[in-house]
Amino acid sequence: MNFTIATTLDEALTALAAGARPVAGGSDLVVGARQGKSPLPESVVAIDRIESLTHLDASTGGLGIGALVTHAQLESDTTVVDAYTALADASALVGSPSTRNVGTLGGNVMNASPAMDTGAPLLVFGAEVELQSSTGSRRVAVADLWTGPGRTSARGDELCTAIHLPARPVGSGSAYVRLEYRRAMEIAVVGAAASITLAADGAVVALSVALTAVAPTIIVVGGTDALVGRQVDDSLLADVATLASNQAVPISDLRASDRYRRHCVGVMARRAVDAAVRRARGESIAVPVNRSLGIGAAS
Amino acid sequence: MSTSITLTVNGTDYSVTIEPSRNLVSVLRTEIGLTGTKEGCDDCECGACMVLIDGQPVNSCSYLAVQAADRAIMTVEGVMEGDELHPLQQALLDEGGVQCGFCTPGMIMSATALLSRNASPTEEQVRIGLSGNLCRCTGYVKILAAVQRAAAEATP
Repeated sequence: MNFTIATTLDEALTALAAGARPVAGGSDLVVGARQGKSPLPESVVAIDRIESLTHLDASTGGLGIGALVTHAQLESDTTVVDAYTALADASALVGSPSTRNVGTLGGNVMNASPAMDTGAPLLVFGAEVELQSSTGSRRVAVADLWTGPGRTSARGDELCTAIHLPARPVGSGSAYVRLEYRRAMEIAVVGAAASITLAADGAVVALSVALTAVAPTIIVVGGTDALVGRQVDDSLLADVATLASNQAVPISDLRASDRYRRHCVGVMARRAVDAAVRRARGESIAVPVNRSLGIGAAS
Repeated sequence: MSTSITLTVNGTDYSVTIEPSRNLVSVLRTEIGLTGTKEGCDDCECGACMVLIDGQPVNSCSYLAVQAADRAIMTVEGVMEGDELHPLQQALLDEGGVQCGFCTPGMIMSATALLSRNASPTEEQVRIGLSGNLCRCTGYVKILAAVQRAAAEATP
């Protein structure tokens, strides 16, 4: 294996153009190689010392998240916790403190696992990924980025440099919950994120729900537009659960059967919407929702 | 193709020539000879290989050694002050927090990182801080007590 360390974006893009693959924290790349899933690439460029990719930028209305921002930063950053709470919920559940210190949002997004915790929050926020190469840059909606397990629409010479989140409307709240067997180093059995905006009278103005680990990619639940204008009550939450379960196409593996996943993702979707609504109404529910509301594994 | 790098471990520089695909735990143990860091699952699940890099806990089984070049690495061999046990080590002994001992170095490194940023953690914060470390003897209660004891004794 040929290994170089890039300290500037230009150095990294030049290396990618020559065929190298990027490594940031290494927690997916190295583990994947040691499990035999995918051998280490012949040529690797380390990007974790590119300082310009380590920042959060809230100056442009929405939020720009540098690709090297870690899960540890996301779970504690004030802007993320206040305005993009579902992303903080998800980041706080990733791995363990050590994983969250080295794991980056850019790496998480480009690894494109259908079980990634941060994926559903990014989908409900309508996130876009900035892809740069030595010949230019473009923005791609995360919904168009993920094409299958471990697959993206990015070219090999493109580096994810940032993730952009649109500004949040007044009266919004969000949450991410997951079903888990263990509280750390866990992969979601299933999970769900919800983002909701409520009018002053409590009626739904906008609702987006996305699901984790029930399809080849993270998916958005279709049909939530039809819930706009209704009050949030048990009937609405039941409709969300039905929509989510009906659209799930999960696999069976040693962690859960497809039937169990399909049922439970409806439960998770309902709980995510419920927590998002409570936050939209101004209730403070600490990050992560899983711990605050006793969802998932017991301590 | 081998590459030559300098790893700074517990304040000492070591020059090593290694394949870039080597993970940090194997280089620490077999090239440098610091065997306090354990290889457990080799799969980023158990935390036995925990070291600090620039003060932050990292699973060294899942981290390329070349990525640690010129960063400050701390292993369990680095926590003692001279011949004095670190307060965490002493508390683990006093509380009976060591059974087979295999998880202990990783537990100490995670706890060291926790106490360096939060000198008086709650029980829940200790549980989160150690959540990436498995003890197959299941001696968690006494490990928890030891970390809380070390914190209490260090806080006037």
